[in-house]
Amino acid sequence: MIRFENVHKSFGPKRVLRGMTLDVPKGTSMVIIGGSGTGKSVALKCVLGLIKPDSGRILVDGGDAETGDRDAFLARFGMLFQGGALFDSLPVWQNVAFRLLRGALKKPASEAREIAIDKLRRVGLTADVADLYPAELSGGMQKRVGLARAICADPEIIFFDEPTTGLDPIMAGVINELIREIVTEMGATAITITHDMSSVRAIADNVAMLHDGVIKWTGPVGKMDASGDPYLDQFIHGRATGPIEAVR
Amino acid sequence: MSALLSPLGALGRLTLDILAAMGRVAIFAAQTLTHMLRPPFYPREFLNALLQIGWLSLPVVGLTAIFTGGALALQIYAGGARFNAEAVVPQIVAIGMVRELGPVLVGLMIAARVTSSIAAELATMKVTEQIDALVTLSTHPMKYLAVPRVLAALITVPILVGVGDIIGIFGGYVVATQNLGFNAAAYLQNTVDFLEMRDIVSSLVKGCVFGGIAAVMGCYYGMNSGRGAQGVGRATKGSVEAAAVLILAANFLLTGVFFSV
Ligand SMILES: Nc1ncnc2c1ncn2[C@@H]1O[C@H](COP(=O)(O)OP(=O)(O)O)[C@@H](O)[C@H]1O
Ligand SMILES: [Mg+2]
Repeated sequence: MIRFENVHKSFGPKRVLRGMTLDVPKGTSMVIIGGSGTGKSVALKCVLGLIKPDSGRILVDGGDAETGDRDAFLARFGMLFQGGALFDSLPVWQNVAFRLLRGALKKPASEAREIAIDKLRRVGLTADVADLYPAELSGGMQKRVGLARAICADPEIIFFDEPTTGLDPIMAGVINELIREIVTEMGATAITITHDMSSVRAIADNVAMLHDGVIKWTGPVGKMDASGDPYLDQFIHGRATGPIEAVR
Repeated sequence: MSALLSPLGALGRLTLDILAAMGRVAIFAAQTLTHMLRPPFYPREFLNALLQIGWLSLPVVGLTAIFTGGALALQIYAGGARFNAEAVVPQIVAIGMVRELGPVLVGLMIAARVTSSIAAELATMKVTEQIDALVTLSTHPMKYLAVPRVLAALITVPILVGVGDIIGIFGGYVVATQNLGFNAAAYLQNTVDFLEMRDIVSSLVKGCVFGGIAAVMGCYYGMNSGRGAQGVGRATKGSVEAAAVLILAANFLLTGVFFSV
């Protein structure tokens, strides 16, 4: 269970989160939607402690994310960054198996490599890419390697920041199914950020819409179409006119 | 009045900024040192840093030293001729290289080569969220990125300085024996007789300090880079400037410590 309690974050004069409050129950898949630049990525980074909120609290299983053993805390998470954030000095398989090659989860290299190749297969990549360097891959392939890295150590809580942006529709479908599978089969808690409404419908148990620094609407994906919320409706149908200004 | 005072205000602000920055750098350096002592350690990253900072810097260090030693011999011969003191070439080349030029020039070349590359690499990692990704993979960026580089510099730069000293003396020797008519055996004997232990120790200590400065500045500026390509550019430029100035300032202080009677 992840709970945002009235989280505020500004960068200089720019107020990004202005009292975000949201509950993500354990073992469910939450999808956060919202215009670009509204602070969705910032919200995820606040949970991981990569960005410190100005005020408000973030609780993970009732515990404050900032106190306690940070290594143990981070060991429960996997994160796919919006830009992939692959280590370009390491070949693909060492990126994927990063956690398994050092630290508490250290395994023999051959075993780690096998696990990495298996995870690569799950995101639709063949073993050929294992020894390439990230710079040799296309943007969509990099994204999928990032996804494989995020799920490699079977984390309990996984954040996906725009997992299907830059993928072709077929590959996007594969990734949507994979995320769904991770939640239902492994019982993981997932928060996914996406702009792709077909992804929302494929992945989400619950949907939250972030706008102007607050959650404008949240509820089960089934109630999304009949929410009656003008912001959500405009977003779902991609209308240029409505309460959300097109120039931001 | 206020127009007259505004440069003073700017100077005051600049001074405060510099002091604050020095404080942050000092804290960063202290953190790096404490992380050096506590596991986990990353031997693979350390070996790679030894290779990059030490071994691959040898060519540029050698070239810098040999030309400097050669030029020094020519200058001293020409200058010494004015008061019939041409014979001091081996002695002056030896102390000039070992005490000052070896450590300083190697330090500056390391600032140019190593500081800039560390800063650019880490700044790019910061800008592309690779440093954030390290954190989410339960890896401390200071331990994984800064410690191996700083440790490798502390170990290899004094060695590079030692090599530079020897090659510099050799450069002077070649010029003196080939062009200036010195006797080869006597030249070497004069060099060995003249150098003291203190000269050599000061040279290596300077190398260690300069290596530490070069690597710490690269890591500090890189890991605190601003956003975008411009952030990377600024971090790289700032790191080299800061490392070079600090190396020269540290050299002045260390020379004072070792050689003021
Ligand atoms: N480290 C940072 N420093 C300054 N501004 C930032 C930083 N991270 C994000 N921002 C700003 O916060 C806003 C929200 O960013 P982000 O969360 O990435 O948006 P999105 O909802 O598209 O993921 C943007 O205007 C961005 O410029
Ligand atoms: Mg984003």
